Amino acid sequence: MPEARTIDDTLPIHGRGQVGTPWWGMLCLIATEGSIFAYLIFAYAYLGSQGLGSWPPNGPPDLKLAVPATLLLVGSSFVLEWGKRAANRGDRERGLFGVGAALLLGGAFVALELFEWSTKPFALPDNSYSSIYFMLTGTHLVHVVVGLFALLVLFIWTFDGRVQGAHVQHRALATLYWHFVDIVWLFVFTTIYLSPRLT
Amino acid sequence: MATLPLSRPDAPPASPQPPDIVQKLDAIWGERSDLRGWFSTVDHKTIGIRYIVTAFAFLLIGGVEALIMRIQLARPGATVLSPEQYNQLFSMHGVTMIFLYSLPMLSGFSNYLWPLMLGSRDMAYPRLNALSYWIFLASGLFLYISFPFGQAPNSGWFNYVPQAGRDQNPGMNIDIYALGLTFFGISTTVGSVNFIVTLLRMRAPGMSVNRLPILVWGTLTASVANIFAVPAVSLASVLLWLDRNAGTHFFDVSGGGQPMLWQHLFWLFGHPWVYALVLPAMGIVSDALPIHCRRPLVGYTPVAMATVATMVVGLGVWVHHMFAVGAPPLALSFFSAASFVIAIPSTVALFAWIGTIATGRVQVTTPFLFFAGFIMLFVIGGVSGVMTASVALDWQLTDTYFVVAHLHYVLLGINLFPVIGGIYHWFPKVTGRMMSERLGHWSFWTIFVGFNLAFFPMHVLGLYGMPRRVWTYPAGMGFDLPNAIISGGAFILAIGILLFLINVIKSATSGPRAGPDPWAGSTLEWSIPSPPPSFNFAVIPLLASRHPLWEDHLKKSEERTIFDSGFLLDEGKETLAVTPLDGQPSVILKMPGDSLLPGLLAAALFVFFVGLLVRSDWLSTTAGAAVAIVLVMWFQPTKQPQDQERVRVYA
Repeated sequence: MPEARTIDDTLPIHGRGQVGTPWWGMLCLIATEGSIFAYLIFAYAYLGSQGLGSWPPNGPPDLKLAVPATLLLVGSSFVLEWGKRAANRGDRERGLFGVGAALLLGGAFVALELFEWSTKPFALPDNSYSSIYFMLTGTHLVHVVVGLFALLVLFIWTFDGRVQGAHVQHRALATLYWHFVDIVWLFVFTTIYLSPRLT
Repeated sequence: MATLPLSRPDAPPASPQPPDIVQKLDAIWGERSDLRGWFSTVDHKTIGIRYIVTAFAFLLIGGVEALIMRIQLARPGATVLSPEQYNQLFSMHGVTMIFLYSLPMLSGFSNYLWPLMLGSRDMAYPRLNALSYWIFLASGLFLYISFPFGQAPNSGWFNYVPQAGRDQNPGMNIDIYALGLTFFGISTTVGSVNFIVTLLRMRAPGMSVNRLPILVWGTLTASVANIFAVPAVSLASVLLWLDRNAGTHFFDVSGGGQPMLWQHLFWLFGHPWVYALVLPAMGIVSDALPIHCRRPLVGYTPVAMATVATMVVGLGVWVHHMFAVGAPPLALSFFSAASFVIAIPSTVALFAWIGTIATGRVQVTTPFLFFAGFIMLFVIGGVSGVMTASVALDWQLTDTYFVVAHLHYVLLGINLFPVIGGIYHWFPKVTGRMMSERLGHWSFWTIFVGFNLAFFPMHVLGLYGMPRRVWTYPAGMGFDLPNAIISGGAFILAIGILLFLINVIKSATSGPRAGPDPWAGSTLEWSIPSPPPSFNFAVIPLLASRHPLWEDHLKKSEERTIFDSGFLLDEGKETLAVTPLDGQPSVILKMPGDSLLPGLLAAALFVFFVGLLVRSDWLSTTAGAAVAIVLVMWFQPTKQPQDQERVRVYA
């Protein structure tokens, strides 16, 4: 007669390390959000190649603000990754520092981007270039703000102890999303700032 | 391979249901029976049924819209509808059938069946599952609130600019379309993520990828395509909304915009989507038809590969919807050739079904009739598809009723017939009762005759040159008789659907009891009681073959699927996750309990989109903040995570 019993073998709960079910879900989210940017870049190229006249109409955009902004954003990914690894080893202080520094660097990126918007000689409704310029950088900016919000929540939860050393997957998700936002910026940066200089 | 006897000689090797374990698991997995439980359930079976019922309601609404149009078109020069009313009717008919019926219906099937077929207790993300349903419902309501005000979308389901631009279409109609589709896209996306991760992780041990039911292959393929395709239409809709409300110039030529950009973005989504609407339905046939032919599907591996191949090629043929807009000859040749290629995997599947019928021992049940009818419609729709893939012919046929005929054969023929056949097939599993075969045969023949009367003459009308989307036509052009036949056929089809509905309602309350396995089926869902218990499997089965319930008949090997001993997992709401490829036990998953958060998130998003529609910054900002708060609660960690657990087995 069969019966229910407990055996000596154990299985991990939710998965060891950061690769659990949520990790796969985040990869799917990144795939679909990455597609949005691919279609936006397609739209940029399509409008540029089909329109009459020069593209961009006022020549390639200035790199004066965009390059420092890029360095800040890419730098934030490294700081965050460093902090995440420290926190996974149980070092709460370095973990907090990593998230906090990424928040500041990301915030600085947003500030620079908004400042650059204010210096533009054109506005959203002017023409197809201005429309796609603000749409592409703006969609990215929204993603940065969402990422910053996630990091802020992670910071607060780490600070008040709700996310602790063993909550590897919470940190993994926020970090993965932030890396995605930063890598996508490199594509946006290449499209908006570098591609017009190729000709 | 030998066919099976007509009925199983021995009792099926069903899962053990020891009363004490059933009671314990039911206390863990069962839903609350009050109102709160109704709103907060995350049970994949409940969500699947809700999907199916809601999608069917939209099918009826879309059908009534079609009938009203057919009254208008039954004779020349009729004035039952105004042109503007007609525009809104055909637009909402298309939007409803394509978005609110076809895919949600198949999602309902897959939500209900996947965990049962895969040997799991739930989907990977139960709360996300509930969220995708609530958003589907809310976006459907969003698209329909405009209808009584005469402000419904009115530029067709593919909504071409500049017809859909602010200049030519100043009302709220197109804003509702743009925002509604973006909203609906969230539902499809989260649902697709759920299917993909469920496939990777939530299978019974031994369920390797070469043992997956074809329905799983179909929905998986569609979900992967949705992940990459849905952003295109969501983006296009947002750009259109900005063009209309913020003065941008994405599609508006006056500032350098390109109307063709809309078509590219729309069909980059729209073409893969039409395969998303048929591949899971073809999966239903591939899984259910063999059971009524008493033998395994001919060519399992080629059919599974053909499913994937159809979608891979399907992602690259969107321009064949745009042959008539003026593309370079090289592009026309490439996309025409690529479109022809799709005929190859489709034919592989077709010959597999025909081979299964030809070499099987056919039982002419109602599900079999619907699947056989489907095969015939699949051929007609496929042949007219090859015709429209030819550029020269397409230039003649574009925007005529020939295309309307083709798309109804492929979408309604390949989607509706498998769906109704599938409902007849799995109804006993869901309700524990059989449907009436007598009424079933009547409903099939009425639907089949009505369908062909309604849609076949449209080919002729198209060849005569009747354009689509016209609200009336003059007498004496050869259009009169075909239109009268079509309208008559549409009403016969409607009567058939009504007979089916009567059968469902009658059988649900007074059909004969079904037992766990009335068709002597081959897959895991038939090993558990009907209707399935809240936890699905008391003991997680250990698979040894593709047809766990037919092993005794099919091969003499020693290996047998084990149903009566294995992982028990009764310490809380838990299930087993396996390694993605070979399906070995790897992790115990603690599943989330019932939650109000999915419903709240969908409600907040609904208010957000209403805020955008009426251009109330205050409303959309408040709702956006509510969305953020719910998301924080969603991801909130509860306690120190547990690291590992002793395994409980039943042996």
